Amino acid sequence: MSEKEKKQVRDSNISRRSFLKGVGTGTVAATVAPTVLIGAEKSAEAQMDEAVSTAKIQLNINEKSYQVEVEARTTLLTVLRDGIDTSGNNVDLTGAKLICDRGECGGCTVIVDGKTVYACMMLAMDAQGKQITTVEGLADGDDLHPVQEAFIQHDALMCGFCTPGFIVSSAALLNENAKPTLGEIKEGLSGNTCRCGTYPFIFDAVKTASRKNFN
Amino acid sequence: MESWGEASESRLIGKRITRLSGKDKVTGKAKYTFDINRPGMLYGRILRSEVPHATVMGIDMSQAEALPGVKAVIPLIESGKKLRYQGQEIAAVAAETDDIAKDALRLIQVHLEALPHVVTEADAMAEGAPQIRENWAGNQSEPSINKNRDVAAGFEEAAVEVEATYHTPVQTHVCLETHGHVAEWEDEQNLTVWASTQGVFGVRRDLAQYFGLPPNQVRVITEHMGGGFGSKFGPGSEGEAAAKLARITGKAVKLMLTRKDEHLVAGNRPSMTQHVRAGATRDGRLIAYDMRGYGTGGISSGAGFVGPYVYHVPNTRTERVNVAVNAGNQRAMRAPGHPQGAFAMDSLMDELAEKLGMNPLEFRRINDSSEVRQAQYTLGAQEIGWHRRNNVPGAGNGVKKRGMGVGSGQWGGGGGRGTEARVTINADGTVEAVTGTQDIGTGIRTAIAIIVAEEFGLAPTDITVKVGDSAPGLPSGGSGGSQTTASVAPVIKTAAAAAKQKLFEHIAPLLEAPVADLRVGTGIIYVASDRTKTITWQQAAGQLGMESISEGGHWAEELRKGVVAGTQFAEVEVDTQTGAVKLIKIVAVQDCGLAINRLTTESQINGGVIMGLGQALLEERFMDAQTGRMLNANLEDYKIPGTFEIPEIKSIVFDTHRKVTGIGEPPCIPTPGAIANAVYNAIGVRIRELPLTPDRILTALAEKKA
Ligand code: FES
Ligand code: FES
Repeated sequence: MSEKEKKQVRDSNISRRSFLKGVGTGTVAATVAPTVLIGAEKSAEAQMDEAVSTAKIQLNINEKSYQVEVEARTTLLTVLRDGIDTSGNNVDLTGAKLICDRGECGGCTVIVDGKTVYACMMLAMDAQGKQITTVEGLADGDDLHPVQEAFIQHDALMCGFCTPGFIVSSAALLNENAKPTLGEIKEGLSGNTCRCGTYPFIFDAVKTASRKNFN
Repeated sequence: MESWGEASESRLIGKRITRLSGKDKVTGKAKYTFDINRPGMLYGRILRSEVPHATVMGIDMSQAEALPGVKAVIPLIESGKKLRYQGQEIAAVAAETDDIAKDALRLIQVHLEALPHVVTEADAMAEGAPQIRENWAGNQSEPSINKNRDVAAGFEEAAVEVEATYHTPVQTHVCLETHGHVAEWEDEQNLTVWASTQGVFGVRRDLAQYFGLPPNQVRVITEHMGGGFGSKFGPGSEGEAAAKLARITGKAVKLMLTRKDEHLVAGNRPSMTQHVRAGATRDGRLIAYDMRGYGTGGISSGAGFVGPYVYHVPNTRTERVNVAVNAGNQRAMRAPGHPQGAFAMDSLMDELAEKLGMNPLEFRRINDSSEVRQAQYTLGAQEIGWHRRNNVPGAGNGVKKRGMGVGSGQWGGGGGRGTEARVTINADGTVEAVTGTQDIGTGIRTAIAIIVAEEFGLAPTDITVKVGDSAPGLPSGGSGGSQTTASVAPVIKTAAAAAKQKLFEHIAPLLEAPVADLRVGTGIIYVASDRTKTITWQQAAGQLGMESISEGGHWAEELRKGVVAGTQFAEVEVDTQTGAVKLIKIVAVQDCGLAINRLTTESQINGGVIMGLGQALLEERFMDAQTGRMLNANLEDYKIPGTFEIPEIKSIVFDTHRKVTGIGEPPCIPTPGAIANAVYNAIGVRIRELPLTPDRILTALAEKKA
């Protein structure tokens, strides 16, 4: 089907809302085998009606301006990772990761106007007019941020998938508290999760970085 | 005979060397499969069953296909077939954006006829339970029975006996990078796949087979990889779906599992329930062990566990059964079968020791034939301050009570044949080491650089290491069983040695010395008998002119060795009002063979301990019996260790010999047992079920009072 034909389908008046909502709790436990249905919560046109209004917005990321087209539901993280700017280039800032998709793991941590934010929980539209710093924006060219240096020195990373989030959170922590105690480091990084178990060396790295002049 | 030489001769091997990939990882430049963006790339998603057991009556994909931005929809199951667990694949879509792919899934209509299900071991084994697996009466496999000498006779000799039931629940891997692939066809015959995998060549083999291609027409790339822990071998149905969607659409397709998918279908550590009766003689020798146990690996089998473990029992009888439930399949998870069995065994050891009135450490010394662990007991006890331990479990009147415990483990990790590698010296002095292994976070990339740099007198950063790509056609095995380093290191070492020999042959005339008289120093090559004759590495390589030296390596049995022993000590503080267990300190004494890189080895021990403490205190898959669904398939309700759970961890690389061995798995084994024993020592009530959550602690304390 061509995009045009699809649009016609979308615009036609046929209602497909005749299906039940997805199987609910308890449905399947019935002893008599019922016919159940997964999917089809909403028809195609219903979804299109609500979802597909887009807007062009401008975002300021790592001191660079990006123009991107987003839907209302598009998260900041989606723009960073998957966004394509209006001249057709990938934003391609893939340092921030999607790990839990619900504000639990900190893998997507970025700094917005000086505060750490879970980019998976922030709508792209709400990030307009703000200064966004991602892990890619922390180093000054080849000069690494003290936190980055300390992470390498202490081997505060294994697979490294959680690392960008921890780096950003650690940098933000030291901005607020130049000499954190171990307890304050744990508190400051409690929004981040690592499965490989790098925590002890992360604590060491943050301590080392805190001893350096990081501003 | 090849050898790694003496410690005193090593400039790099065994030292603390920072990771080659460190800079890319801290700057966000490291590209994982999840980060690959290809021109015109589409996003794939999989529709999965929300019901645990049903027959598929029909799938209608027409609405999804009609959604603008959707490029392909394919079924992954046929009508008439059965869905046997929540999360099983039904259909896959590829769309221009991930959000559209998500929308499209909601438009696929699936008609199902529900079938009765069971999702807990107890329900599956209950009388009259619906049979969910063919040929498994009562949803149980044939028992596997093992006997050693005469267990009945053993019990006659026993002065004390313990009979108890130990249980560990299903745990999931929680790889932070979910399973997934980016697939792209160059033409009808050539496929490139970026895969988040522990086995580049395994994925290549499986996908080639699936599409009927010769293996060299499939290229698999794993530059960086966000955790596998045993769950990431082979492309799985999601990898096949990604490649299929890419073929149909003619575009690259990225298909990563969601966090929920990951919990449901990407593997888990099976549960374990052991009924044990065991006895010891008056002088503290284990004499008899009789165990009946079962576990579930979901709808599959493979719920094995160790027992008896580590300690020697002369008379044993064991019987193990797999129980089928309507849940996703188990996969190998870090030291499969060991941590759960070790928890049961180390708990049992303490229970027997108490009946004998013996110090649990003393009781272990009597029954452990490993000389390495005997030495580790001494060192670990010293590090934790074992002399401070409560002699009377649960003693003291305070609200917060402290206790100490010990646990042990054992693992293979000796590596094996099958790795091919190439070390190249170019005329400009650059060096490249290439092999088809993959760095799953363990630091093999850096280990390879260290070995080559040691051989050449260079720095690890001088070596370009290429791993995680099947294109050079240098296969290596999957990274499982803690086998990677021991499999790869000998081949790299011999390849580097061969290349060095070639370079020596090339420059010997220039130095006017026999080849056998040449040596490498730091950045130089010199003549051993006349130290004034020396040239720099650069000059030596420069002699190659337009050529380069490129040598393969070979397996060298004598460079590696399997079987490592480990011991851990834990100190805990239990709040008897809240039931919270706070870890104070864990000492992990781990035999590592020859640690190529002491820094990354310590990281791995830390990592094992932390995964072990997660199993001890936090992790449990909850299944709802009514709906047959997993209740905590997210990172909010499925708890893994965070910063607050981390105690002081003292990871001790326990040097035993100078042969390479693997270390990824063993350090997670003794942790749960050591912690459980420490909790008992603190509160004087034995909890035989993991995780040791506050509710279990409070219930146990209440029962003790009553
Ligand atoms: S992905 Fe954003 S917090 Fe986990
Ligand atoms: S380093 Fe792998 S998850 Fe943190």
